[in-house]
Amino acid sequence: MKKFFRRNAPAYVFLSPWFVGFFLLALGPILASMYLSFTRYDMVGDPRWVGLDNYEYMFERDRRFWKALEVTFTYVALAVPARLAMALGVAMLLDKGLRTIGLYRAIFYLPSLLGSSIAIAILWRQLFSVDGVVNQVLAKFGIEGAAWISDPNTSLYTLVILAMWQFGSPMLIFLAGLRGIPRDLYEAAEIDGTSKRRQFFRITLPLLAPVIFFNLVLQTIEAFKTFSSAFIISNGTGAPADSLLFYTVYLFNEAFKFFRMGYASALAWVLLLIIGFFTAVTFFTSKYWVHYENERD
Amino acid sequence: MAGLTLRDVGKSYGGLSVMSGLDLDIYDGEFLVLVGPSGCGKSTLLRMIAGLEEITDGTIAIEDTIVNDLPASKRELSMVFQSYALYPHMSVRKNLAFGLQNMKMTKAEVARRVDEAARVLQIEELLERKPRQLSGGQKQRVAIGRAIVREPKLFLFDEPLSNLDAELRVQMRVELASLYAKLGTTMIYVTHDQVEAMTMASRIVVLRKGTIEQVGTPQELYTRPANLFVAGFIGSPKINMFKATASKIADGIHISAPEFEDFEVRGLERTVDDVTICIRPEALVLGGGSIQVTAEIILVEYLGSEILLHAKLPSGATVLLQTSGKEEYARGQNISFGFETSDVHVFDHNGDRVAFTHEEAFA
Repeated sequence: MKKFFRRNAPAYVFLSPWFVGFFLLALGPILASMYLSFTRYDMVGDPRWVGLDNYEYMFERDRRFWKALEVTFTYVALAVPARLAMALGVAMLLDKGLRTIGLYRAIFYLPSLLGSSIAIAILWRQLFSVDGVVNQVLAKFGIEGAAWISDPNTSLYTLVILAMWQFGSPMLIFLAGLRGIPRDLYEAAEIDGTSKRRQFFRITLPLLAPVIFFNLVLQTIEAFKTFSSAFIISNGTGAPADSLLFYTVYLFNEAFKFFRMGYASALAWVLLLIIGFFTAVTFFTSKYWVHYENERD
Repeated sequence: MAGLTLRDVGKSYGGLSVMSGLDLDIYDGEFLVLVGPSGCGKSTLLRMIAGLEEITDGTIAIEDTIVNDLPASKRELSMVFQSYALYPHMSVRKNLAFGLQNMKMTKAEVARRVDEAARVLQIEELLERKPRQLSGGQKQRVAIGRAIVREPKLFLFDEPLSNLDAELRVQMRVELASLYAKLGTTMIYVTHDQVEAMTMASRIVVLRKGTIEQVGTPQELYTRPANLFVAGFIGSPKINMFKATASKIADGIHISAPEFEDFEVRGLERTVDDVTICIRPEALVLGGGSIQVTAEIILVEYLGSEILLHAKLPSGATVLLQTSGKEEYARGQNISFGFETSDVHVFDHNGDRVAFTHEEAFA
């Protein structure tokens, strides 16, 4: 035991800031929120134990909970593939060996740095407003644009487009993955007369599978947690007609607008379970479609 | 099978020319080896023939058809890469079949060709394995299999054995030679290893800095190197080189070198002054030869069937002798040896061979 600590002491010293942060700042709130999810708590009085009431209400009587789930699931289902496709497409363009690749990489990454900021969400609201830039451009072509954000039928798609625009970090990871595929494989395929399309589906995609998997897991988690852009664009309400009522926006409102901390905690735990479930499913299916070169047999 | 004609071929990257004015005829059905030190342009030349690199000047013709603008897939050739270039996510069978599936071939024909290649290369039991489950030699066989299933007119090999260990390299060399004998297809083979070149080639092209130094059979290159570079590059152990001065006499030249007593080489046709004389290590005979010299052994390399003796001449120059492995030698021992003047290769101050009158002129 003594030997174990002596040998690993440097590791623990370096890990200590994380331990301090986790135990003091994270573990407490995690356990507290679990407890609070079984209580009624308005931050004024003491929490009152209500058992499974919050969960029962959520699943059986709360229609806005189901609406929030619908909005979030739709968003995840559209935004994740769209962002990954965009990221892969741009990564493949950049992989062509441009001399100024560093510059382009930085330029393309910029929206991702700005993307989560409040300013960009506000800008987005301006772009897609009735007299915004998008409609002005469309008008030049004689097309009458819609009220993108205030129309419940289109509002969610403006956020999907915003998500697509923020392809920077998966793009960088894809680019690194593409760089890792030996050129020889494409040259061998070239000599064999393999079309570019077949090269993409039979060589690039299978060899990129570990990276696609990594990006898929990360982006799915990210998409479920989307908050600030939805909050800003819907003015914090999920409007119009709850079409932007993202799960996190609903949770935030329950907690900090209506001070239903117990119920909000229960919502947070359900979101955690949902994210955990989808991550587990992705991991489970990965053995059928992800190929690792150095896999043990 | 196909012959190739390269005329005035050049390659430059931006303003930097790496190859220019290269002419070469590759005969139908021959095993041509491109050899030279790193950076000499041999792989670039092979890739230009394959269609993986564009040529910036001249023409490349396969069977009299100029292929400059023809994509790699239309040149009816196969290439084996140094890295094997096997698709890691596909089984050996799928690797072999992948190229054939582009050729709009029936499934039965694909299966027949894959099985036939597997039989020829003795990899039948490996067909369901993934590349990561194969040894280096097995991977190399699969890579060759992928080339032969297409039944191309021309095979290109880009240093295919350089990732293998020494023993396996010798074995694969023999297998490749017998495959060539069986198929009889034109093969162009790139290597930096002159032993590989000498043992496998019908003809060798020695390249340096993007130009051809000499083209010839292995024997021609060994016995009549066109210049100092080829003399030094071809042959292992390496040829001995000595600076000397020469003067013309009636039927040859008179040579003075600090290492040896003066001697005359008969039958040399040119007038020369400063020369380099070269003698192969096996042409130095212990206790024999008409020009004799003594030296002190500084290193003994025992190789079993033969011994390499590194010795120091009275002039201070070192010399390498190759002798049979029967005697025992020790460091510090004095030896006397000699050579015949007909075994001396003479090169002028430009490094070009001074040919004997009976020799043909070399390119």
